[in-house]
Amino acid sequence: MAEESSLTDDFLGQLISVGEVDLLVGVPTHNNSKTIGPIVETIQAGLLTFFPRERAAIINADGGSRDGTPGLVVSAAIGDVQRSSKMYALRTLHSISTQYASGPARGTALRTILAAAELLRAKACAVVSPESTQITTDSLAALLRPVYADTFDLVLPTYRRHRFDGVLLTNLLYPMTRALYGLRIREPYALEFAFSGRLGSQFLAQNAWQEEPARTGSEIQFTLAAIAGGYRICQTFLGTREHVERHSADLVPAMRQTVGALFSSLEPNFTLWNTKNGSEPIPTAGVEQEFTLEPLRINRKRLREMFSTGVAELESVFRAILAPSTLAELQQIAGLDEARFRYSAELWVKTVYEFAAAYHKSVISRDHIIQALAPLFRGRAFTFLMENRNGSAGNVENNVENLCLEFERMKPYLLEIWNGRE
Amino acid sequence: MREMIISELTQAMQQFTRGFAHILPRIIVLVIVGFVGWVVAYFLRIVLRSVLRLIKFDKLSESAGASQLLSKAALPSATELLSRFVFWVAWLGFILLGISVLGVFGLQEQIAKFFLFLPRLFVALLTMFVGLLCAGFFSRAALLASVNANLPSPRLLSVSIRTIIIIFVLSLVFEEVGVGEQTMLVAFGIAFGAVMLGLAIAFGIGGKDLAQQFLETRFGRGGTADEGKEDELSPL
Repeated sequence: MAEESSLTDDFLGQLISVGEVDLLVGVPTHNNSKTIGPIVETIQAGLLTFFPRERAAIINADGGSRDGTPGLVVSAAIGDVQRSSKMYALRTLHSISTQYASGPARGTALRTILAAAELLRAKACAVVSPESTQITTDSLAALLRPVYADTFDLVLPTYRRHRFDGVLLTNLLYPMTRALYGLRIREPYALEFAFSGRLGSQFLAQNAWQEEPARTGSEIQFTLAAIAGGYRICQTFLGTREHVERHSADLVPAMRQTVGALFSSLEPNFTLWNTKNGSEPIPTAGVEQEFTLEPLRINRKRLREMFSTGVAELESVFRAILAPSTLAELQQIAGLDEARFRYSAELWVKTVYEFAAAYHKSVISRDHIIQALAPLFRGRAFTFLMENRNGSAGNVENNVENLCLEFERMKPYLLEIWNGRE
Repeated sequence: MREMIISELTQAMQQFTRGFAHILPRIIVLVIVGFVGWVVAYFLRIVLRSVLRLIKFDKLSESAGASQLLSKAALPSATELLSRFVFWVAWLGFILLGISVLGVFGLQEQIAKFFLFLPRLFVALLTMFVGLLCAGFFSRAALLASVNANLPSPRLLSVSIRTIIIIFVLSLVFEEVGVGEQTMLVAFGIAFGAVMLGLAIAFGIGGKDLAQQFLETRFGRGGTADEGKEDELSPL
């Protein structure tokens, strides 16, 4: 209850007037007026259709939108949904919006939702991304039901994705989380997930919210907290995830949010991951992961060039982070032409583990370590792209699986350099 | 005559003996103070070396770029150098304290000046170290940011930032120790101004097309802002 202080008086008043709820759906927003209306209607329809007897609330944590997003959430009329779906709630469905800051901050948004869930004593909570235009009433039910009815504590999504979507997930976050913590969680960084009240309360109380990884990478920290706490975790298939066009400038913030948070979690969880060997699947509703193969225009030349430039220009930085043999191998492949260039899985795993150890030892500023990994990731992404250019969905899955096995095989190397070599 | 000479010699001998007897305790005090000073300075050196090793000062100096400078000058590590510096300053301080006991005319003033100078020297060294640390951090930050933004000549940008910070820090250090204050101020002004002018000209000439492209895009003559964007693999 210490978290009440982070909530505004007005928001607290609204929560108190709601009382207690069974289900809570949190929607963190920031200037999402184009998509938020249909998403809130889908959430309302999902709650009416699948949970008509439950007390529910929709909580919008807004990061200072200037396009009227909070108004759209609150004004989304339940009557319209009831008329169109011909479903009627037996309980009141509340929609509350609060502005947690004048700028977007994912960690603070999640913290606000968790605090609201704790105050309302929600049994099951879901977080829905304001950009998830593909969300359906079934998806919402698929997220909430395992927590509400089957006593799972964390429900993470799996998607049908384009084979070149989420390359950081397939090449680093999924394989490394799997190798370290021994659980095959396809989306450790999820923007849509559901959790139990007890997991939410524990994370709210224990997470170091003032620290950088917690503020920027709260989603992956949440998953890792559930693993570390021994909570019951499952996955559920949510359908197709739309391809979002990205630009090169998006990579470093994405790496800070995910890789930075993953690396920072290794220290407190050392006793948990240093003894794990291999990995186990977790309960999954629907397919584990699907890849689509439609053509996608990607600037391969730019990826490789940025890798080569990075290796050449950042040599002084890499000397502080990488082993001399690893750096020599990187310099060797950086000089190869496009046809012969290959950033092998083994070299990539070695690179990532050496970066993780350097992060642990703080050989230079930790943020600089994460930034230095970005050009190398581009090189690995280029190889992933070339290896899977003409492959089937099965081939892509095989390549991802092989990379995961490489991460598991080389885990002793991480343990060796973790406290060993300076 | 002979008696006179003997008397003078005896008198001189007595005076010398009296003078020596007068100064001997002071010399003994000087030797004792010097010895105690050596012991204290040695103890300080050992303690400081251990503390610096404990806080991994060498790593800090390596990331500040100070270690590279020291190795180029064939000097020992930063920890060793600082420990030795403290040893010599402490021992010299004790020796000067002992010398002041001798009561040599004019020396007292110089010794007082030396002790007054010590805090300034310490502040100057601290400024130098923090400055090198800042220069290393900001030049690396600029290097990483420009590599990730795919800017041309990232190393040049990084080295420029490092140089500007070091020039600024050196001017502060010289001002603190009082060496050629005016000269340093003028030299800094000229150097800083020259670097800024050079950068302004370089950006003006080199970025002409970029600025034109930006302005045309911004004010609608050259298409939309989205045109320059290129596809990249979606990381998440």
